[in-house]
Amino acid sequence: MFLPASSSPKLRRTLAVIGAAAAVPLVLAGCTDNTKTTGATDGPIQVSSTANECKVSTGTAPSGNLTFAVKNEGTEVTEFYLLAEDGLRILGEVENIGPGITRNLVVTAPAGKYNTACKPGMQGEGIRASFEVTESGTKPSVDADFQKLLDNGSQQYAAYVKDQTEQLIVGTKAFAEAFAAGDAGKARDLYASTRMHWERIEPVAESFGDLDPKLDAREADLEPGQEWTGWHRAEKDLFPPAEYTAMTPAERTAISTQLVADTEDLVTRTRTVELTPDKLGNGAKELLDEVATGKVTGEEEIWSHTDLWDFQANVDGARIAFENLRPALEQKDAELAQSLDEKFTALQTELKKHAKGDGFVYYNELSQEQVQQLAALVDSLGEPLSKLTAAVVL
Amino acid sequence: MSGCPFGHTGESADANRPGESNGVGHSGEPAAVVTHQEAHDGGVATSAAEGTSRMSRRGLLSLAGVGGAGAVAGLAAGFLGHDVLTAATASAADTTAGDAAVPFFGDHQAGITTPAQDRLHMAAFDVTTEDRKELIKLLKDWTAAAEAMTTGNPTGKTGAVDGPYDAPPEDTGEALDLPAAKLTLTFGFGAGLFEKDGKPRFGLDGRRPEALIDLPHFPGDDLQPARTGGDIVIQACADDPQVAVHAIRNLARIGFGKVRVHWSQLGFGRTSSTSRAQVTPRNLFGFKDGTNNLKVEDNALLEEHVWVGAGAGPGEQWMRGGSYLVARRIQMHIEIWDRTSLREQEGLIGRTKGVGAPLSGGEEFTTPDFSLAGRAGEPLIPMDSHMRLAHPDQNAGVRMLRRGYNFTDGSDGLGHLDAGLFFIAFVKDPRTHYVPMQLALAKGDTLSVEYLKHTGSGLFAVPPGVQAGGFIGEGLFA
Repeated sequence: MFLPASSSPKLRRTLAVIGAAAAVPLVLAGCTDNTKTTGATDGPIQVSSTANECKVSTGTAPSGNLTFAVKNEGTEVTEFYLLAEDGLRILGEVENIGPGITRNLVVTAPAGKYNTACKPGMQGEGIRASFEVTESGTKPSVDADFQKLLDNGSQQYAAYVKDQTEQLIVGTKAFAEAFAAGDAGKARDLYASTRMHWERIEPVAESFGDLDPKLDAREADLEPGQEWTGWHRAEKDLFPPAEYTAMTPAERTAISTQLVADTEDLVTRTRTVELTPDKLGNGAKELLDEVATGKVTGEEEIWSHTDLWDFQANVDGARIAFENLRPALEQKDAELAQSLDEKFTALQTELKKHAKGDGFVYYNELSQEQVQQLAALVDSLGEPLSKLTAAVVL
Repeated sequence: MSGCPFGHTGESADANRPGESNGVGHSGEPAAVVTHQEAHDGGVATSAAEGTSRMSRRGLLSLAGVGGAGAVAGLAAGFLGHDVLTAATASAADTTAGDAAVPFFGDHQAGITTPAQDRLHMAAFDVTTEDRKELIKLLKDWTAAAEAMTTGNPTGKTGAVDGPYDAPPEDTGEALDLPAAKLTLTFGFGAGLFEKDGKPRFGLDGRRPEALIDLPHFPGDDLQPARTGGDIVIQACADDPQVAVHAIRNLARIGFGKVRVHWSQLGFGRTSSTSRAQVTPRNLFGFKDGTNNLKVEDNALLEEHVWVGAGAGPGEQWMRGGSYLVARRIQMHIEIWDRTSLREQEGLIGRTKGVGAPLSGGEEFTTPDFSLAGRAGEPLIPMDSHMRLAHPDQNAGVRMLRRGYNFTDGSDGLGHLDAGLFFIAFVKDPRTHYVPMQLALAKGDTLSVEYLKHTGSGLFAVPPGVQAGGFIGEGLFA
């Protein structure tokens, strides 16, 4: 699919990952966690793909994780597949290998008969050969119901996104009404709690490259001449810095109207987003990245200092994604599941310490030590969380 | 994802990193070691070039101390480097290792096309005096000190140890016994030298070049005033950090009372090659950087994209043969990067991490094919990749000579490294050669948007080189 120039970077990334992983639940082309390699082979199986040959350095390998190092020695873009004996079912593929480039394909394969195939020019049946995997005694942890667990997780997350966007639009309308009417007190009260619905589903919301800047651009992110709308435009007016000129009623109305219209657009568009397990896993990681780069530094809510609301919402979104994937993860890597559980709990416990009323203390009220403690817990969660996608999709 | 893709076998790892373990100028190293030894054994060596009895902290220029023709060739090549250096001589210069001196005098200032040294110390100064004569005196004093230090000598008439016993030594002394280490000192003038608070300074009314603009705010900028601006910049590059730090320290010392350091930055690990004789280095994201950089061998391109020509107005003739230095302190979110899959890392850059080939195929220096499509018609080099957006083909053909360095300034107090890329580029005109590209990157490059933050900035007019007897920026005060 061709993406227009206006397309969000995040959308590009997300689609690319879907393209790679959706059809191939058992495989993540590229590379794998070395700790799980159980000595199935001594080093990768070398594959050389040319215009009319597909040389595989061995025709047999013991079961477990197999690594094919596929070198494109032809002049066209090529692909490599590991197919089941029937020649139809795909166990793994690595695509988009430019001429001269080597890419690894890692597949977990039980004993049995298979076919290898190179597809120079990405056309036709490809150049095929038979391949045998012998019994090594290492049992790959593949469950027949695994795909179902993944599908369930994706469906649950889709329902969560729907619920959050519904609450977001209701809250946004109430906020916009108060803001337009000049009821700054009410608008300030609604600001942080309404934004939480946005922050919980941020990676999904951000996948719409044109809407994200309209709704969530910070002043520092603007380019020369760009019109500033959205939440942070209102934030500055509601929590004005020194020497700030307040908006006129007409300007407030315009911002409010736009905010509601853009949010309605967002709600409509999220209904058709296709969620896949890798998108959940990557989304969870991205939410923690957001916390680490924006919230923990107090940069997101530079005037309102309500960063802890956003912080909590990002963690909520990541935790829900993890919990939706958890049944699948339990089968693949129970240890990682348990570790993530503990780390989410530790971070949540620390966040709770800063709760105040229905919300939190302002970020500028935290001591340096408290910020450091939060940052450390975000890092200790972020690192294992970055392994979630590969663990469930591989 | 430990060690991937190199973690699978040692063999393929080595195969993927040609030359990396060997480094640059490997063939010259044994000779350099010998030379070192001779210099040390020889103690106080005589500078043949000057024929004085001044102590040279570096015996290498002394023809007697050098293992013959190699260093002479290196010296000659280094000198030619300011002007018309061919690929062959650049190669010779590089293989004479880190001991050679880079001449200070020339048509262009050294430190621009000079093959990038490994270390940086850059300092930006505010001029505190308002006296034109004092400023000119300072530039003359700096010129003399720079000439001495780049040729391996201490500053002042008596250096570090030959002065009166009851006076502080003129040179601070920490570079005694160290070779010149290819030290270059490059000077530039910021907008604040020409006017401050709306008032012209030093009688330089009408002399500020039009290209010396105030850079616009770029999306994602988080510039810190204490890392931004400055009236005069000095870039010290050397193969030894102590030599670079010594140079800035002594120049700052000479300037006390007339200038004050506004910011300074240490850099290690050059992040670009400025000569074809150099192996492309890696940035802190682990990717090769500077593959497509302008190189000293590209004479016609340097004229077109780096050196200021005769076209500027009458008040700007002093800049002919000069260039503009853009400095940007770019913090990298490296911890977040390290949690990103290799697939995504390569997609964000547009090149492979191993050999640095464009994703459209080939080897490191293969011309990228931006139209080559893979599955579903999507280009192999993603639309939002850094390499695509920064490529001359996407930027009206403009190019710059980059000379950046990695930096790590400790940690940010939240358990993350305060680290990144200190970006330095030399361009003919920042309005056409930097601003449009930076705007495009700040908007469309996912790498910039999600993994980088610009925390410091400076733009400086770098005057042409100095001839013997002249001083830095002489033309501006003529």
